[in-house]
Amino acid sequence: MTRVVDVKNLTAGYLPGVNILNETNLYADKGELIGIIGPNGAGKSTLLKSVFGLVKVRGGSITLNGEDIVGQKPNQLVAKGVGYIPQNNNVFQSLTIEENLQMGVFQEPKNYAERLEFVVSIFDELGKRLKQRAGSLSGGERQMVAMGRALMMNPSVLLLDEPSAGLSPVRQDEAFLRVSEINKAGVTCIMVEQNARRCLQIADRGYVLDQGKDAVTGTGRELLNDPQVVGLYLGTLGT
Amino acid sequence: MSNNDAPQKSTGLHIGEAKPGCKKTDPMLVIDHVKKSFGGLTAVDVDHLEIPKNAITALIGPNGAGKTTLFNLLTGFDTPDTGAWEFMGTSLSGVPSYKVAQLGQVRTFQLTKALSLLTVLDNMKLGAKNQVGESIFRALFPGSWRKQDAEIEVKALELLKRFKLDTKKADFAASLSGGQRKLLEMARALMTDPVLVMLDEPMAGVNPALTQSLLGHVLDLKKEGMTVLFVEHDMHMVRHIADWVVVMAEGKVVAEGPPETVMNEQAVIDAYLGAHQDTDLGVVTGRISIIDEEKDK
Amino acid sequence: MDWGTIINNTLAGLLTPTTIAFALAALGLAMHFGFAGLLNFGIAGFMAIGAYGYAISVLTFGFPWWGGMIVGIIGSILFAILLGVPTLRLRGDYLAIVTIAAAEIVRLLFLTTAFTDVTGSADGLFGYNNAGGFTDANPFPPGSYGWGPWTYNSETLWVLTFGLGVLAVCVWFLWALMRSPWGRVIKGIREDEEAIRALGKNVFAYKLQALIIGGIFGGMGGIVYAAFANVSPGVYVTSITFFIWTSLLLGGAATIWGPVIGAVIFWTLQAFLSNVLPELALAGILPMTGIQAATLRYVLVGIGLMLLVIYRPQGIFGDKRELTFVK
Repeated sequence: MTRVVDVKNLTAGYLPGVNILNETNLYADKGELIGIIGPNGAGKSTLLKSVFGLVKVRGGSITLNGEDIVGQKPNQLVAKGVGYIPQNNNVFQSLTIEENLQMGVFQEPKNYAERLEFVVSIFDELGKRLKQRAGSLSGGERQMVAMGRALMMNPSVLLLDEPSAGLSPVRQDEAFLRVSEINKAGVTCIMVEQNARRCLQIADRGYVLDQGKDAVTGTGRELLNDPQVVGLYLGTLGT
Repeated sequence: MSNNDAPQKSTGLHIGEAKPGCKKTDPMLVIDHVKKSFGGLTAVDVDHLEIPKNAITALIGPNGAGKTTLFNLLTGFDTPDTGAWEFMGTSLSGVPSYKVAQLGQVRTFQLTKALSLLTVLDNMKLGAKNQVGESIFRALFPGSWRKQDAEIEVKALELLKRFKLDTKKADFAASLSGGQRKLLEMARALMTDPVLVMLDEPMAGVNPALTQSLLGHVLDLKKEGMTVLFVEHDMHMVRHIADWVVVMAEGKVVAEGPPETVMNEQAVIDAYLGAHQDTDLGVVTGRISIIDEEKDK
Repeated sequence: MDWGTIINNTLAGLLTPTTIAFALAALGLAMHFGFAGLLNFGIAGFMAIGAYGYAISVLTFGFPWWGGMIVGIIGSILFAILLGVPTLRLRGDYLAIVTIAAAEIVRLLFLTTAFTDVTGSADGLFGYNNAGGFTDANPFPPGSYGWGPWTYNSETLWVLTFGLGVLAVCVWFLWALMRSPWGRVIKGIREDEEAIRALGKNVFAYKLQALIIGGIFGGMGGIVYAAFANVSPGVYVTSITFFIWTSLLLGGAATIWGPVIGAVIFWTLQAFLSNVLPELALAGILPMTGIQAATLRYVLVGIGLMLLVIYRPQGIFGDKRELTFVK
């Protein structure tokens, strides 16, 4: 079975001569929830951005359902069913929630009504406040809008960059539960997270990225219980 | 749980019942009737709040509760509509932020302000106070500031080593990762020899495994006699090192007390901590059908 | 095509009092923008004040030449304070707008006939070098000095020596300041004022100091130019400000030698173009008159400035990491 996303020996970076990712590998099968954790500077966000065409790939390959997507622009990938939720600046603050969601389905405006119904069914809070300016929302509410926006294009793959960042504990849990729900509805999810413990608790499989390479991989449970992973990446304060 | 020594918590910090606005035995900061609104929206409305000296106080609460706004008001980065507050007995109303910093308060920012266009070492040196060479006339005569600059460099390198950034000293701060920049900001703040350290979400973006050593740094501050006030969402950190917890919601202080008491209050759990605090989300979502019984603490 | 004259005039452009004046002004702008991040689009105003301060003190108030120059410097300091106090607390773009306006106001004040007795209005001022004794202070006996394209009479040699001396002092000044802790604070302010305030530094005071220092350099540029040519409002137009910006960005805005080298290259290039373009027109290669061809060089300056900002904002000597306009 073709993997939905298959990254092989990926090398990429921002500044010339400095590689953030060094021949890293990752794959996701249909319907999986993949977690990416690791120390700061490991390249987690860079990996996601490379898949979405935001960072120049210097070596290796990325395929989407078997098709080579290296060099393709983000808007092309959106049309192919890839959704991306960046960590910062992920909503249009001066637009209303409704307008934000409309921006999400920009490439296929005819589907707006149908997709709105679907998104509101997952985030009923949004449905009640469509006319509210996104800038006046709290961090957790904005996160909801960002996720909703990404879902408007009915993506088959969702790339999430630290969805729980900056949120209070109850909102973090909500964010993780929502990602799990979205995944159960059939969307393959690849999630970068700093809250490693929570991320692995809901992930099917996880990758620990360190210095631009996939250092450890396994199922979510395996990684959670691996003493080396705990010692190096999860910290013992958690449970 | 962990094999670290549990940090020694300070007790006896408050007078009377532990409720919002309660007095402290040795307050470092006293805040009175401080209000701040942004165009109709009340961001902060605190009747009375006292921050205890030589203790670690955590300021928690949902996003939009006013924590960062309160921070900005206390450190002079914003002016309140009404209110007064004292820092070690000196009134701070109307005092500009740089003077507040000179008085011994230092703060870090939610969005890290590591100066990317300067080297790590220069970032650190900037933190030192009372630098002779910073006066424009004496700057021209290196003889007057070289010696002090060398001493500052020694201190900077020590701190960098403590925060494991010493190998990066000649690199531009732009080349550091997000978490490393957070560390740099904290290390730089310590160069000012503060008495009150105010950290705005210091753990955000920092690898969990690194969190422990960072907590060690914060605990060291208390050992060295400083007072710490920090905003955080990481409840493990709060439980582990905070002596006192202040809970804010919608601009007001809604609860105060030692962590164990405050974090078990139902209202706080409902609004902020969530019911799943100590449960495995894999269980909650039904993703694992068997509950692991060998899951150790 | 008279290549002999073209090359001769071009090489002469390497070392003229105008070049030195521009190097000084570019140095001032390096302090303002390169190091302190202040958007000053009115550097021409500082030059004008320096120049007129010198000339007017000598002609109207009978000051000796060095006294007149000191007045020019004090004028620059006051102008900097006048500009800075209201605007340095605002966003950088506002300083840019205010400085353009201020420089124009200064020029128009010197142009208006209302003060013609003192300023000479459109005709400008001249003869102050003699009246103030600058010419008499010349240590070089009359005669011809140098060789080839760099041949000068004793008066020009005196201005050149004086100008180079001033330039050397100013370069040293800038270098000494920027390598000191004061310079470190300035560079920090350039990037993030709030972070610097959080460390206990009085940001407003530092910015004002930087504005004053750069203003003094600009004023000295005006003075050197005045000592060589004459003083007229037609010189201190906004285009001069943009020539100085081009020189600065060409050499490297956040470096010490960048502004100087940039100014030299700029003026040599200008000398080259002002000689080559008319010749090309006369030879029929360019389909325009000689005069039109000469003004073509200004178009080229504009294009050059745009290309610089887009493709190499750090200039020749600058560090790309330090100075990019795309954040």
